[in-house]
Amino acid sequence: MAMKIGEKPFKERVSDGIGDLFMRGAVSSAQGRFRSGRLNAAEELGNWEDWRKLGEEIRTHTIENLDYYLELLSENVTKRGGHVFFAETAEEANEYITNVVKKNNGKKVVKSKSMVTEEINMNEALENAGCEVIESDLGEWILQVDDHDPPSHIVTPALHKNKEQIRDVFRDKLGYDKTEKPEELALFAREKLREEFLQADIGITGCNFAIAESGTISLVTNEGNARMVTTIPKTQITVMGMERIVPTWEEMEVLVSLLTRAAVGQKLTSYITALTGPKQVGEVDGPEEFHLVIVDNGRSKILGTAFQSILHCIRCAACINVCPVYRHVGGHSYGSIYPGPVGAVLTPLLGGYDEYKELPYASTLCAACTEACPVKIPLHEHLLRHRQGIVEKEGKAPVFENISMKAFSMGTASPSMYNIGSRLAPKALGAFVKDDKISDGPGPLKNWTEIRDFPAPKKDRFRDLYKKRKKERGE
Amino acid sequence: MKVSLFVTCLIDIFQTDVGLDTVELLERLGCEVDFPEMQTCCGQPAYNSGYVDKAKESMKHMINVFEHSEYVVTPSGSCGTMFREYPHVFKGDPVWEPRAQKLADKTYELTQFIVDVLGVEDVGAKLNGKATYHTSCHMTRLLGVKEAPMKLLNKVDGLEMKPLPHNYNCCGFGGTFSVKMSEISEQMVDEKVQSVEDSGAEILVGADCGCLMNIGGRIDRKGKPIKVMHIASVLNSR
Repeated sequence: MAMKIGEKPFKERVSDGIGDLFMRGAVSSAQGRFRSGRLNAAEELGNWEDWRKLGEEIRTHTIENLDYYLELLSENVTKRGGHVFFAETAEEANEYITNVVKKNNGKKVVKSKSMVTEEINMNEALENAGCEVIESDLGEWILQVDDHDPPSHIVTPALHKNKEQIRDVFRDKLGYDKTEKPEELALFAREKLREEFLQADIGITGCNFAIAESGTISLVTNEGNARMVTTIPKTQITVMGMERIVPTWEEMEVLVSLLTRAAVGQKLTSYITALTGPKQVGEVDGPEEFHLVIVDNGRSKILGTAFQSILHCIRCAACINVCPVYRHVGGHSYGSIYPGPVGAVLTPLLGGYDEYKELPYASTLCAACTEACPVKIPLHEHLLRHRQGIVEKEGKAPVFENISMKAFSMGTASPSMYNIGSRLAPKALGAFVKDDKISDGPGPLKNWTEIRDFPAPKKDRFRDLYKKRKKERGE
Repeated sequence: MKVSLFVTCLIDIFQTDVGLDTVELLERLGCEVDFPEMQTCCGQPAYNSGYVDKAKESMKHMINVFEHSEYVVTPSGSCGTMFREYPHVFKGDPVWEPRAQKLADKTYELTQFIVDVLGVEDVGAKLNGKATYHTSCHMTRLLGVKEAPMKLLNKVDGLEMKPLPHNYNCCGFGGTFSVKMSEISEQMVDEKVQSVEDSGAEILVGADCGCLMNIGGRIDRKGKPIKVMHIASVLNSR
């Protein structure tokens, strides 16, 4: 799986999403839980707005000095005996990772959750090289078992499935014969996965925050799977997007506090795993060999642009959890492993407008995302910025829209044009008015009146009535 | 107190009563209201569609129109937000940014103006019925006006306010979104109408004509017995 998921055009994906009532039920109930969880956790912490500001400052500073901190991280990982590889593209990253696996004669890779490895399509590259890859995050594993169903959420990737569907997947693919009780399903997964952990030669993880000052990789999970991945296999590879970094442990603490609260309303996740290079002399745990792959894959092109703050994202999915559009269309409609508001901003930056030009319009600009973001990324403003880019820089806007916006500009920048236009409206639309409303409108109004009535323009505008009123009162 | 009314294009053309109610209400509260006739639209439809250069033409015009006003009051959270955004749009422009800032600083949404500037919470309105209030997104999240409408509505004699479930979710209007992404918009407005029904209210009150046209249009289409009212009309009921 690469960043792009599915081949259907946007409209079809949306119709599929809207038609999937199971998914929508699962999403709206999860949104309710996540939302109240986040609000409670924020309230409990107190000074949430101060924490957000601090988070924003940390991310702004770090990304502004990204080159410095990446170098520091690289130095410190190397000092501890780890290997660091900077991959400019997905291909470069996959080639390096495949070579490490081959060199170690790896047959089985066990993975903890990582969006960037989805983005670069790493699993397929490894599978093509004859290696078996097992996802160990429960959600990711469910999707993998279900013939590689794509993730629909960046924190809870199998959000679009309910427990009955998961039971059926386990039954059909793995011979599961128990009920849809989450405890039973989880126990089954745990037994299956335990075998995989014990057999794996290579562990691959993502990275929530790399700590530059010590060369440490930190991982946030609720299942403890990242700890298994980083302690059992002899060789460990960590793949991180180049922006997933903090200067010191102090900033890591702040951002983890924001991440777990904003994501699922937890003070802390059950496990926070930190790993500093390979096993040192005298140490009992840890891999014998450690590789850190730092992936660019289009990120450095965002640096220095008006979109830079999208690299501040800490992948908590708070924006997704409050998005009223995501709520109805689900993650797969976005056609990218990065869905929701953050996906609608990031995906076109990484994948281009040709493929993803609809995404910035899949928003009412309600700003629920901006309000929820724990590091204060102005997400809805970025969506607007994309629209501006599509219209003014890329020239990809529909012709009709272009003409109507020209007319709008003429009609609103000049009062005389506005006067003519607004006075003509009742006449122009008169033929469509019935019972003081329009139920079957022409042109662009058609999309409106297909689902709702439109008010008839009044014969006398407010300005006419106001004038009349003034006259009557002798003013 | 001298107040210039920015009536918004939707009210000027479609919801004229709301404009008149706003004038009467403000006058009743002791304001001297004028209506600068050269006003058109805040530019938001073009701005939110990405046509920033075209929107700027409307914005410059509006800055000129309200240049000499003491206060600018508008019965729309969204259009008021747009005025407040002008300095951001003209950022770095030595001529227009300061002028935009002046307009932004004196612009208020109607309920915000009544509660925060006039310091009034009981406007002496009377309306019988059960009502619920739709918190429009731009007004609450971008303009930051959350409490004022409820303070005013709670003081309306005879009006019983019901909480609106999921009130934080957008109604699916989003300007051109409503026609561009009509399939998604339909799902959103349907859920909103359902929430309004679930609230047990007979009257849906809002402070933005865009949202009210959207929710109201769907309510009409479905033939639901729910009356849709702008908050200016509620507050001007006696």
